[in-house]
Amino acid sequence: MPGLGTTFGRGGATTFVQDLENADCILIEGSNFAECHPVAFRFVMKAKERGATIIHVDPRFTRTSAVADIYAPIRSGSDIVFLGALISHVLESGKYFREYVDAFTNADYLVREDFKDTEDLDGIFSGWEAGENLNDSSILNAGTTNSGDASAIDGNKHSAYNRETWAFELEEVPRYDGNGTVKVPKRDPSQQNPRCVINVLKRHFARYTPEMVEDVCGTPREKFFQIAEALTKNSGRERTTAFAYAVGWTQHSVGVQYIRTAAILQTLLGNMGRPGGGIMALRGHANIQGATDIPTLFDLLPGYMPMPAVARKEQTLAEYLGTNTKPTGWWANTPKYFISLLKAWYGEHATAENDFCYDYLPQLTGNHSMMSTTIAMKDDEVEGYFVIGQNPSASGMNGELTSDAFEHLKWMVNIDAYETETASFWKREGTDPTTVATECFYLPSAVVLEKEGTMVNTNRMLQWHDKAIEPPGDTVTDAWIFYTLGKMFKAHYADSTDPKDRPIQHMTWDYEHPDAHERAKGEPSIHRIMKEINGYSVADGTQLKTFTELKDDGSTACGAWIYTGVAPDDTKLMSRNRKADDWVSLEWGFSWPANRRILYNRASADAAGKPWSERKKYIWWDEAQAKWTGVDVPDFPVGKAPNTPAKPGASGMDAHGGASPFMLNLDGQAQLFTAGLLKDGPMPTHYEAVASPVKNALYGQQNNPVAMEWRRSDNAYNGTDNPDYPYVLTSYRVTEMSGIMTRYIPWLAELQPAAFAELDPELAVEKHIRNGDWVTISTALGEIEARALVSGRLQPLRLGKGRRIHQIGIPYNYGTMGHATGDSPSNLIPFVMDPNVSIHEAKSGTCNIRLGRRPTRTRTVVDEAVPQHKPEGQPSLHGAQRDTPGA
Amino acid sequence: MAIKPRVDLSTLFGRAKDALRLDERIGKAPNLPSKRTQELQGRVARGKPVVSVCPYCAVGCSTLAYVSDDGKLLDVEGNPDSPVNGGHLCPKGSAIFGLTVNEARWTTAKYRAPYATEWEDKPLPWVMDRIAARVIETRERTFVRERDGKRVNHTLGIASLGGATFGSEENYILGKLLHSLGVVSIENQARI
Repeated sequence: MPGLGTTFGRGGATTFVQDLENADCILIEGSNFAECHPVAFRFVMKAKERGATIIHVDPRFTRTSAVADIYAPIRSGSDIVFLGALISHVLESGKYFREYVDAFTNADYLVREDFKDTEDLDGIFSGWEAGENLNDSSILNAGTTNSGDASAIDGNKHSAYNRETWAFELEEVPRYDGNGTVKVPKRDPSQQNPRCVINVLKRHFARYTPEMVEDVCGTPREKFFQIAEALTKNSGRERTTAFAYAVGWTQHSVGVQYIRTAAILQTLLGNMGRPGGGIMALRGHANIQGATDIPTLFDLLPGYMPMPAVARKEQTLAEYLGTNTKPTGWWANTPKYFISLLKAWYGEHATAENDFCYDYLPQLTGNHSMMSTTIAMKDDEVEGYFVIGQNPSASGMNGELTSDAFEHLKWMVNIDAYETETASFWKREGTDPTTVATECFYLPSAVVLEKEGTMVNTNRMLQWHDKAIEPPGDTVTDAWIFYTLGKMFKAHYADSTDPKDRPIQHMTWDYEHPDAHERAKGEPSIHRIMKEINGYSVADGTQLKTFTELKDDGSTACGAWIYTGVAPDDTKLMSRNRKADDWVSLEWGFSWPANRRILYNRASADAAGKPWSERKKYIWWDEAQAKWTGVDVPDFPVGKAPNTPAKPGASGMDAHGGASPFMLNLDGQAQLFTAGLLKDGPMPTHYEAVASPVKNALYGQQNNPVAMEWRRSDNAYNGTDNPDYPYVLTSYRVTEMSGIMTRYIPWLAELQPAAFAELDPELAVEKHIRNGDWVTISTALGEIEARALVSGRLQPLRLGKGRRIHQIGIPYNYGTMGHATGDSPSNLIPFVMDPNVSIHEAKSGTCNIRLGRRPTRTRTVVDEAVPQHKPEGQPSLHGAQRDTPGA
Repeated sequence: MAIKPRVDLSTLFGRAKDALRLDERIGKAPNLPSKRTQELQGRVARGKPVVSVCPYCAVGCSTLAYVSDDGKLLDVEGNPDSPVNGGHLCPKGSAIFGLTVNEARWTTAKYRAPYATEWEDKPLPWVMDRIAARVIETRERTFVRERDGKRVNHTLGIASLGGATFGSEENYILGKLLHSLGVVSIENQARI
């Protein structure tokens, strides 16, 4: 979530669902909150009961829209125009929260003189290096891992953008200790200088007008003004507005910038860090936050530290710490967290003399994300694949390419509770299993009630679940599988003298269960694993209570510093706390970091530390006790007075003043302009989706110039304004279904028995389609069939130049297995990758629709890969750059 | 952790009414329940509630799984104590019983040999041994110590997908194990 991370310092949702009740206005966009997160939606309804204005902006009129005070339709893929126009509106009208912005943001920093905006260059920023192919090291996800100058991390050598000019003008000021000078961003407190961030922002968004919203988004102007008024009226000292979004904002080739636009708007409105405010990221899987915090992601180590990468020249521990330790702000602590992680993993073998086994960690040599890896499989560069509780053949993108890639594997392990389309890919329609050489394994795994452990909810809250029943048959927990494999590898490599086997030999793996029954089954102790994650003192094994106890000398071990405090002693688990109150509920579960529920909550008080208003009191400076206090755990050094001056040249938190709430950022301020942190721009810019029915009305540049695509015969694109595919295609989920985890449940299959495609009545008449008819939906990639759902929930949109656009919506829940079946839209959606987080574009595309069923699938796709832009000596390169400006 | 079910106020009221014989006093005809009805109990009445979390979306609704003395799952309900869901569950959460107790579940380890047309059941230890052997074999063949003079210590021959549907501790040991093997192509649903 670098959209939030690069602005505020952390990628997590900034608030908690219960606090939505305190909002005076809630903007829901990119989410069908009522249907996809129905139980949390009750807090939206409570807010409404208290008089809050609920706004829903969405391509479809859903149950969320039905209870909203204002519903505005929007063309899928155009949200940056809508949000950008809101930014322009609050800046031009002066209705932003001036005192908040002055105190807590970089509004008065001067942007470098040689920075050129999209205004100047027709949709691209300065630094574009035309003609240079992206190579795999350039798409390393440097900006997402922690706050700081990412351009300094990868050096931009291979990037399509040289981000050097996306920076602030520096000036020399005396060091705090009088020893010479130090360079800091130059500021103009009067904000008169045209290069002040606030003025740069104003110019950047000037062309994002209500008229443009009408022409590009299809959203009527009066709706836009209603929403603008509701937001500005309900933001400020006395009132706060919350934003809520989900994958409707993220799954785009410019997805990160959607979130950035929202983050800028919420900062200008002064809603961050305050009760009833913030940005609620609504995540889709029970532990998707946990699997990001303690990541099974290629580019991250636990606690948002980057994986060592060849491109960043991190061959030694000193080099790694050099690039990832920030001079100022909280990330100055990186060495403590990183060395403690190595101690947790390699125990007594990790010593200062051997750089704490730093060289045991593998190095990244490119983008090893899901789509890149799938393409590598198809090109025979991957032999074996573990797929655990995920179903890419049905729920991913380009399902046929994905399943075909599996045919190129030597072996594949599926770990799940049910047969999935992925596990049995060799049985899919149009495939003869006797031609598929892949050796396949299936391990039956326990579901949540059959094991104990921790899941982290959408607002960073760790909740422990107890084990209720024994798993059936041969079913084992995922932990058992990983633990057992670890023991088997340790046994196999026990006598090896090969240095490559030392990480396995030396890996700490002492998770024996204290309970005799579980031990006999070979189940590891989940509690012991969590204690290692929490961290302990190496000398005596004492559990640590806070991450401020962590050291960089090897005396502490800690698996994920952000979780420290969850297991503060030998027996206690804060995640198992189960005492609720009617609001913050600090004693229900444990919220990282340090049990803080609203992030950046120091911003709930003004620069002097006083609450902005009595009504919105949350955390404030208590003069008498000389500490921050309030209803939550302060997200700020507790004894640091609000009038503490910043010390230029000091390291870590000393460089921040007492009025800088965003501790993880270099300067402690919210970043309205991000200096080189994201790969596609320091400010959000509207680009059309890779498949779009219209030309970009704002700039000559059509698509995100650094989005990644694969131009191959097995990954065809519709392109722009393709008359064969005139309709907008979007996807969503339904309340009763998630995917393979629901399709086998008879109760749910009865409620949502089959796939459907939703279209508006006007298009239905035009196409002679009646409700319930079979229809075939097609893209250049393929065809799927579904039952037509003709519904007024979708309406044609009127865009600029008299263009009338129809949108078609398809649920993403179905596949061929289970009791509720149907074609998956994955067969319509090609691989396209956002440059920052490697996410795909499933929410906005184009398609055609016709009456009748599709033909039976046969093998038509050419099996040979057609690699593009593959330079010599770069075997793992698959991304090709698209739509090169000036090319 | 066992949690005592909350006292139902309407039941309390009913009991008080019965004790005072209110219905008879106001002349209402007695409505005698049958013996069977009298003996009927709620389906979770004899169950022990165990606190869990819903495995579907990320809202984190707390659940109570009612388990009989002989270890059978009776039903799953929303936990009224939770500040998040206050006892509520959506249709998916209400169907956790069906996710758990379901004859369509695959509860045996399975194997599909190259070119085979069907899965076959195999003993779990056999499958584990075979998987470990294949991992080792691939790792030995594809492990790269250096590329272009730079230490990489990795294998691109093995990849892993998934994480958001299982526990944080499980993600932790999976990540530790894979990285120690030299695997870097590790992904989960967070990209999706």
